[in-house]
Amino acid sequence: MEIRKIEENIFRFLMILSTIIISSTLFMIVYTLFSKGFGSLSWDMISKIPEGGFYIGKGGGILNAIVGSIYITLGSTFLGLLVSLPIVIYINVYAKRNATIATLTRLSSDILFGIPSIVYGAFGFTIMVYMGLKTSLLAGIITVTLMIIPILVRAIDEVVRVVPEDMSNAVFALGGTRYESAKIILRQSIPGIVTAILLSFGRAIGDAACVLFTAGFTDSIPTSLEQPAATLPLSIFFQLSSPIQEVQNRAYAAAVILTIIVLIINIAAKTASKNLSKNKI
Amino acid sequence: MPTSTNTIRLRSLNKKSTQKQLLKVMRSFQKFCRVAFSPTVKNKRLLKDRFVNKTFLAFTLLSISMVVLIAIGLFYKSIPLLDSTSLSNLLLSSEWKPFKEAFGFYSFIVGTLWVTAISIIIALPLSLLTGIYLSEYAHVRVRKLVLPLIELLSGIPPVLYGVWGVLVIVPLIQDRIAPHFVEFTTGYSVLAGGVVLAIMIFPLIISIIIEVFDNIPQDLRNASLSLGATQWQTIKKVVLRKSFDGIIAAVVLAISRAFGETIAVLMVCGNLAQIPQTVFDSGYPLPALIANNYGEMMSIPMYDSALMFAALLLFVIIFLFNTISRVILYRIEKRNT
Repeated sequence: MEIRKIEENIFRFLMILSTIIISSTLFMIVYTLFSKGFGSLSWDMISKIPEGGFYIGKGGGILNAIVGSIYITLGSTFLGLLVSLPIVIYINVYAKRNATIATLTRLSSDILFGIPSIVYGAFGFTIMVYMGLKTSLLAGIITVTLMIIPILVRAIDEVVRVVPEDMSNAVFALGGTRYESAKIILRQSIPGIVTAILLSFGRAIGDAACVLFTAGFTDSIPTSLEQPAATLPLSIFFQLSSPIQEVQNRAYAAAVILTIIVLIINIAAKTASKNLSKNKI
Repeated sequence: MPTSTNTIRLRSLNKKSTQKQLLKVMRSFQKFCRVAFSPTVKNKRLLKDRFVNKTFLAFTLLSISMVVLIAIGLFYKSIPLLDSTSLSNLLLSSEWKPFKEAFGFYSFIVGTLWVTAISIIIALPLSLLTGIYLSEYAHVRVRKLVLPLIELLSGIPPVLYGVWGVLVIVPLIQDRIAPHFVEFTTGYSVLAGGVVLAIMIFPLIISIIIEVFDNIPQDLRNASLSLGATQWQTIKKVVLRKSFDGIIAAVVLAISRAFGETIAVLMVCGNLAQIPQTVFDSGYPLPALIANNYGEMMSIPMYDSALMFAALLLFVIIFLFNTISRVILYRIEKRNT
């Protein structure tokens, strides 16, 4: 056999090998988490808040963290959508085609997307001190919102961009304003927006470094915006650093819960973009 | 007499003209009011459009200035530290004694570099090969099967990677790998951090590489293949060469992602403020430093300033890396449209 044929085969083998390695990591991770944590999973885990002595192995659950995470995620996704939809509409409908401001917005949100969450956490902490807030649900929501705005802008922009120009031209031909054409365009890109929301949801619920500074941690469920809130990733992190076996087991169980939530959100995002886009032109 | 009648006439005329003028003014005012506040549909819509234009522009400008705002906020907080210690001292000294107000970031910077370098060394060949396979060799069905898996991988929260690292990678290093090389290690090491980070950056590198490869015109490949080159030769001599800048951009982006990753690294790296001598030593990357010490931050003077400086350092480096790679990627995109 020629030497280049051998080379071809060697590299093809290496490629298939690395593809298998990379695609199996997901299964490895999910399998490890499930096999370790499934045994400690109980109804108490998701229905009770920590009782006294929870962190030395006594009864209770992590309902506080689940609820706190959901509060922060819902609040920040809502706020983030309020800010990012106008931005996307502006750069796609109001700004001229290929205007500098549109490119600049895309570039800056790409860059902000790459900024690690710990930096957002530190920045959120600075804002918090500046505004005189304490670690609270509100500060957590604001920080996470800042973090997910770039994700939302980029993801929504991707779908709004490919809506055919004919659509807005038709609106203009009927005497519509740009605002009215924006409404039509948005209606057309609802599947993409749903996917974007779910993606940012997944990112917000899994992030720990961002809320570490700002949302604090507590054993009770927050009843107002000024109270600190626990989050699921931080709850896993704190329980895992405990030397007591039972507490560590609960951390694994909490990891299973988080895995299930994240997988559901991500798969929902996939199917949403597939199914909702059926009525697209 | 006639003069007087004349004046009267003039006066009345004057009066009439002023009345007319007044009417005119009033009418135009009415018209203005109709334009501004009238319920007639058309103008209200125009006003709405204009209002939306201005507010949305404000939002957009705000989002662009976010980058600057973060930099200013962090810089403002780290001024006290920068005033008391020189920049070179901060970056090159490894003396870390918060109580004596000695803040040298050298060992943390080296820790970050170790972890990042290990993760890139592991991740780049694997994800490059996978990217080539998926875009050049694999059947569409394989691609449709594997790509969603990789996307799911990118959706897994860092803390779960950390848990997995503690459960799998750390014992693996402690029991199986390290004993061949060093006498003792806990397994919590920069190698563990690098492996976990490598898995976290796979999806990022692969998705960019596939995008870059897809942008290369098929004609170039066909030309090479028609000259009798094998597929691998075509990839090596044409595709890889043509997509060199895109691969660089992907690597730079991956570096900056690895640089800032916090929780996962915090859980597996050991967090000892020392300069690692081998890959089996513990390290203490910058993000882990920030996350680990937020509790004591407010109780020791200058400590919060030092941590904010660490965040600023991360921000500046990652901002530069991100900008470079994004500009490269934008250029590639522009070249192909």
